[in-house]
Parts: sequence; structure tokens; C-alpha cells
Amino acid sequence: MAYALQQLINGVSLGMIYGLIAVGYTMVYGIIGMINFAHGDIFMIGAFVALTAMVMLVSGGLMEGPAAILLVLAISMAFTALYGWTVERIAYRPLRGSFRLAPLISAIGMSIVLQNFVQVSQGARVKPLEPQLPGGIELMREGTFVVQLSYMQMLIIASTLAVLAIFTWLVTKTPLGRAMRACEQDRKMASLLGIDTDRTISLTFVIGASLAAVAGTLYLLRYGVIDFYIGFLAGVKAFTAAVLGGIGSLPGAVLGGLLIGLIETFWSAYFSVQYKDVAAFSILAIVLIFMPTGLLGRQEVEKV
Amino acid sequence: MAFSAALRDAAKATAIAFGLFVVMVGLRTDVSPTGALFLRTRWTELAMVCALVFAGRLAIGLWVTPRFLTNAGGSLAAPLAKAGAFFGMGLLVVAVVLPAIPGIGRYELDLAILVLTYVMLGWGLNIVVGLAGLLDLGYVAFYAVGAYSYALLAQYFGLSFWVCLPLAGILAAFWGILLGFPVLRLRGDYLAIVTLAFGEIIRIVLLNWVDLTGGPNGISGIPRPTFFGLPFNMSGDPGTFAGFFGLEPSPTHRVVFLYYLILCLALLTNWVTIRIRRQPIGRAWEALREDEVACRALGINVTNTKLTAFALGAMFGGFAGAFFATRQAFISPESFTFIESAIILAIVVLGGLGSQVGVAVAAIVMIGGFELFRDLDEWRMLVFGAAMVIIMVLRPRGLVGSRTPTVALGQKRSIGSDYVSEGRG
Repeated sequence: MAYALQQLINGVSLGMIYGLIAVGYTMVYGIIGMINFAHGDIFMIGAFVALTAMVMLVSGGLMEGPAAILLVLAISMAFTALYGWTVERIAYRPLRGSFRLAPLISAIGMSIVLQNFVQVSQGARVKPLEPQLPGGIELMREGTFVVQLSYMQMLIIASTLAVLAIFTWLVTKTPLGRAMRACEQDRKMASLLGIDTDRTISLTFVIGASLAAVAGTLYLLRYGVIDFYIGFLAGVKAFTAAVLGGIGSLPGAVLGGLLIGLIETFWSAYFSVQYKDVAAFSILAIVLIFMPTGLLGRQEVEKV
Repeated sequence: MAFSAALRDAAKATAIAFGLFVVMVGLRTDVSPTGALFLRTRWTELAMVCALVFAGRLAIGLWVTPRFLTNAGGSLAAPLAKAGAFFGMGLLVVAVVLPAIPGIGRYELDLAILVLTYVMLGWGLNIVVGLAGLLDLGYVAFYAVGAYSYALLAQYFGLSFWVCLPLAGILAAFWGILLGFPVLRLRGDYLAIVTLAFGEIIRIVLLNWVDLTGGPNGISGIPRPTFFGLPFNMSGDPGTFAGFFGLEPSPTHRVVFLYYLILCLALLTNWVTIRIRRQPIGRAWEALREDEVACRALGINVTNTKLTAFALGAMFGGFAGAFFATRQAFISPESFTFIESAIILAIVVLGGLGSQVGVAVAAIVMIGGFELFRDLDEWRMLVFGAAMVIIMVLRPRGLVGSRTPTVALGQKRSIGSDYVSEGRG
């Protein structure tokens, strides 16, 4: 029981990270209908920017503790957002209105570029960062097994919820959110009604990238080791999460992220660590066989 | 563009570049011997990169803009299309006589074998993506199935390459059908992600089933192919290739043989594809790509159509895999990562989706170009990725932007591939 509870905590905190990345995928998919393959690498860039900022602040002796983490989060979001914007501008905007596979290939190319750019500029070695927020609170004790909710996990859950709350407010209540939803429903109509669709799409990428930056920072702080390759697997898992939840649906992305995180954690805890990805992917396939549009996805209406 | 406008534009680009690179290039975290991280600054490099961006952007603004803008998107009337069939024939002739051309050594032949492997994989995937319009991001799985089929059958049952080659194809086709069944109802990107997941599952299983596959260590000592029973070696015995034909034993014999082997396999793929496009099933694939609903309305069995496309594409992937295993004599899951799938898909799309010559050209450009930049070491992948983006942005419809329709009323004229639907599969 205690063991399962601990896994639940771990799974939720991992799932929150996937959820944050998945929101970026699902948002871009909803608006321009493409798989932004470079999004996983944007997440990786976020983690690297956070690492640099963290080393600068802490080893420079400028700040430490929660204040430093908040500042690092802000720095990472700002710089990563710029990457998101640039990727869209360079690789996707010229292909707007082109056929469906062109932006996909361009996105795969961009993903290769980002990965290798970081490998060249930051080195291929893994970067270990010592824990910034050690300790935690003890929830329950069963024999010698202690269920612990670490401060880091609390930070992950709290900041994810906060970021998602802000994000939900942005999408549902602001003019920008309205423009985004309009573009999602019908881009041509939206532009006829005076919405600057290019700007809206750019901002979507900026928002998606800053959410990925939050995920990258939290990932760095939680696991403490990053390298230039983390973006691929995290990206694939997050995309899986987005599809599982029903691509295009924002609550679906978070739900899918949580599910993937939980499946992965419980599978590693009770069965085998090596096959945790197989479990996640198999469940995706099974869900899609029975619900071809994901858990919360809208049924696609076929027009003839 | 006016000079002042170009200057402003370049300044803006430089400001953005500064923002992008100040953290990733200007600063670098390194691991000190004690294991702690420390920061290194590289302001000169940062300044150089920014200057480069400024100069590049200014040059684009001043000279390239008008041509660049008029060219972008217009993929009709590709220069290659005019040469059309002649170009394809020329390529074929060069391919056939390549080993005899003076100056073509071992290294060039090895490179040609690599390129041809990708040409074959591209043609195989073209059946699934280009003809049937089903987006498959896990094609490398079938390549892996073929390679491991041969390696394992040779290792455990001592079967020869010529027995294993068809078996590898059949097994890969079987896996294609196995994957095809659950994904039949899925469309578009749902299909893409499930095929990607399938590719990863196969790789993870190969990596972790250590008893059977050797896990990350892979399988080594895979038997080399024989010339219909005559092995290639340096002894010169009558039972070997060189001895039987009374030739001086030379290591190039095997390379030349491998070269012609993959050339034949690739041409077989091409031939089957071209022939099958005229069969009802080939027409059904193309119809499916254009409009699935109309297909169903006209009584085409969508299930069978999709499954045959998957199976046939997978079979050629399996052949290529078996060839890869026998050529390398060593395989490990490392060779079957997602990036391989991405490269093959990129070759198909850059080749202009459905154009056979285009796929060959794209494979030569991508794989040959990749090899040209061999001295760049870790920069090589960076250049490769950038090339993918640039080619796609400049020529979204691929290098060969036109093709001849399979069926036509009266005279056949080549059409721009803009008129060809890419399928919603």
C-alpha cells in the first residue's frame, strides 16, 4: 500500500512534466494541424538554459533556494520561447498552406538541428546538477518503508498546476485565447474576421515553448542529469500522451500526460524497468484501437 | 530591397540571433574534475556567430530576396522532369557500369552500396507513403526485422543467405500485416504515432531480449553471402569464387558482388512497384491516397488495400535488412533508431512522393552529401538537418516536382505533383 502510494506520487510528478510538453504538441496540432517534431528538443533547450542559469546563479553565489529556482524558471521560459518563435519562423511559416508532409519533414530536420546544435555547443557529456531542493515531508510509514513527498515533487506539482491555471485563463478569457480558438476552428474565416493568424500562430509557438521550458526546468531539477538527447524520448512520450488524451484537446493532453507518467512508473515498479516504454506505447495502441480519436478527442466528422 | 531596409532587417535578425545564442554559445557548462559544474564564457564565438548572421541576412536582403521569393513554392517544371525518362536511364547505366569505371575504388563502392540501400528502402517506403498515402514513421522496424531474421536464422539454424533472403522478406511482410491490423481504423497523425511507437517497441525488445538477440552487444559473425555457393575468400581454392573462375583472389570481388546484389534488389523493388501500379491493387492504392471515402463508395476493399501496401512495403524493407546484415556481418539495435526512419521518410518526401527517379536522386543527395561532409565530424548531423529544412522550405514538393500519372486519357503528360493528393491515411 505504502509502496503503491509512493509510486502514485512519483507517477503524478512525472506525468505533470509530460503533460506540460504534451500541451505544446496539442496546441500546435490544433491550430495548424502539424506534428511539431522539434517540440521535444525545445524541451531539451529549456533544460539546458535552466542548467546554465542555475550554475550561474548558484555557483556565482548570487542566490539560492526557491527564489533562485523561480528566477531560473523565468529565464528559461524567456529564452526557450525565443527558440520556439524562431523555429516556427524559419521552418514552418514558409510551408504554411503547403501539403501535410512538408512541415513534418522540416520539423524532423529542425529536431536534428537543435539536437546537434546543443551537442556541438554544450558538449555530448551528460551534465549532472546537484539537488537544489533536498528533503521532503514524510506522509506515511509502513514498517521500514517511508512514503515521502519530496519538496521537489511538491514544487513540480504546484508549479505545473499554477502554469496550467494561467494557461487556461489565457486560452479561455483573453483576446489572444479567443483568437487562438478561432484559428483552431477555421483559420481562413478567422483571418477574414480580422485576426492576424500569423501572429496568433507565432504566439502559440511561444506559449508552447515556454510551457516546455517549465517542463525542462522541472525535469532538470527533479532528475539532475541532462544531455542533448533527452528531448527525443520525452518528446515521443509527450506526443503519445497528447494522442492518448485526444490530440487537439488541452485537458486531454494533461490527462494523457498523467496517464503515461503513471503507466510508466507503475510498470517499472511492479514489472520491469526495461519494458516501461513498451507498456506506454502498447497502451496507446490499445486505446487507439478502441477509441480512434483518443480519450477526450472530438469525433472527426467526415465531409464528402 | 533598399539598403536601409535590408540593414534594419539584418539588425533585427542579429538581435534575435544574439538572444538565441547568448546562452547556448556564449556560455557553456562543463564538468570539472571534482564533478561539479562550472561555467565557461565564449564571447568571441558568440560575436562571430552574430556577425555571420548579420552578414548572411544582409546578403539575403540585398541580393537574394526577389529570386528567392519568386522561386519558393513553384515546384512545377523541375529541370529533372524535362529530362524525364532519359535521366532515369542515364542513372541506371551509370549504376550498372559503376564498378568498371576507372578511379572507382573500394571506398566509392562502399558508399554506392550504402546509397543503394537507402534507394531501396526509399522505394519500399514509397509504396506505403507515396502510393497508398499512409504515413509510416516506423519503417525502420521492418528493416530491423529483416536484418535480425537473417542474423538469427543463420546463427541458430545455419541457413544460408539465399534461403534467408526470401524468409526475411516474408517475416517482415508478416510483421507489416501484424502492425497493419490494429492501425487500419486510424488516420493521419494517429497512424503516424502508432507506427513510430511500433518501431520503438521493436527496438526496445531487440535491446532487452538479451538471450535471443544479444541485447546491446548485437550479433556478430553473421555469414557473408556466397556467389551461389562459392564463398569469397583469399585462399584461391577451386571451391571459392576466385578459384572457380580462375581469377586472382581479391577483396574487391566481394564488394563488387555486394554492389550488384543491392543494385538487383533495388531494381527489383522498382520494377515491382512500377508493374504493380498498373494492376488493380496499385490503382486502388493511389485511389485510396486521393480519397478514401470515394474508394469505399466504389466498393474497394480498404482493409485489403491498406494491408497489402503495408505488407509489400515491409517486405522490401525486410530484404534490405537482410542485405544490411550480410554486408555488415554485425548488427545491433543501434542501427535501427528512429532517426533511420526519419531519414528514409525524408528521402521519400524530398524525392517528391511517388516519383521513383526522385527517390533515387534524393537518396544520392542526402546520403552522398552526408558522406561528403565526413570531415566535419559532429557538425555533420547539424548540416544534414539544416539541409533537410532548407530543401523542404525551398522545394516543398520535393526535388522532382512532377510525375507522369499512372493512368491517362489519351496522351500521358507529366503533371506537377501539386495536383497529387498526399493522402489522409
